[in-house]
Amino acid sequence: MADELLPSRAEQVQAFLGRTPFAQEIGMRCEVMGDEMTAIMPFQQKLIGNFTIQALHGGAIAAFLELTAMAQVYLVTEHLERPPRPINITIDYLRQGHAKDTFARATITKMGRRMCSVRAEAWQDERSKPVTSLLAHFKVSAD
Amino acid sequence: MEDDATPTLEPWQVMGENLDIMTGGIPWGRRMSFRVTKLEKGRVWGVQPWKERLVGDPDTGVIHGGVLTSFLDNLSGMAASSSLEKARFVSTLDLRIDYMRPAEPQREILGEAECYHITRNVCFTHAWAYHESRDKVIATAAGAFAINKPRSVESLRAF
Repeated sequence: MADELLPSRAEQVQAFLGRTPFAQEIGMRCEVMGDEMTAIMPFQQKLIGNFTIQALHGGAIAAFLELTAMAQVYLVTEHLERPPRPINITIDYLRQGHAKDTFARATITKMGRRMCSVRAEAWQDERSKPVTSLLAHFKVSAD
Repeated sequence: MEDDATPTLEPWQVMGENLDIMTGGIPWGRRMSFRVTKLEKGRVWGVQPWKERLVGDPDTGVIHGGVLTSFLDNLSGMAASSSLEKARFVSTLDLRIDYMRPAEPQREILGEAECYHITRNVCFTHAWAYHESRDKVIATAAGAFAINKPRSVESLRAF
């Protein structure tokens, strides 16, 4: 009975994004489906990095991917009280990000006891044509 | 006969004269509110102020890692283009960030980037983010930047 009063991990992920100023700053939302989630960063003028070609700023996409990876790890690590801390990230800028909505998904490649390895990809029109990809390591030990 | 009446400025000299518009001219740069404070050939320094809207951990008030990524990405890109003999835009191929220790809340972050190697098509960079000195670093970055097609030195002014 008491369990029903506690927020589910999916709700905790949503709450984390809702009360994190920087996630709000980039307008990030996410849709959780069981242990999977898709993140959305709707287009906003402030995300532009280059006026002349109307391209999104790489830093905005990278930040979005890092938050997506963090939220995905948090979603499946029920033992963690707080979202995991990043150890390092590598961003691969594959294509120009245009002035439109961006989506992202993250996959956990390896979940260890202390660390985990995650890959995430952001796309716009076609999932098979990612704009940017990210490889990240997070600390998942609870201490 | 060469016309040497007007000495041409090198890209880094033009960039150095226009530090304010290097970041203030783009929407994302303005939202992140970082500034470039000093620029030499292949070396750039900057400041990332603490802002409530950039917080990534609401419990501690520490700035989000993505803000550091943007900051170091920009400084590295500027270090790369300022190291070139001719005015070229560069675009980030990849960037790796290592988070060494959390930034302290409510404190501005200093950054520094250098371009340490250039080939025909690519610039390689290192960058550091810290509060006081590089001995106590918050994050480091290693980047590779593709050198884009030629542009006139003057085009850097409008950027």
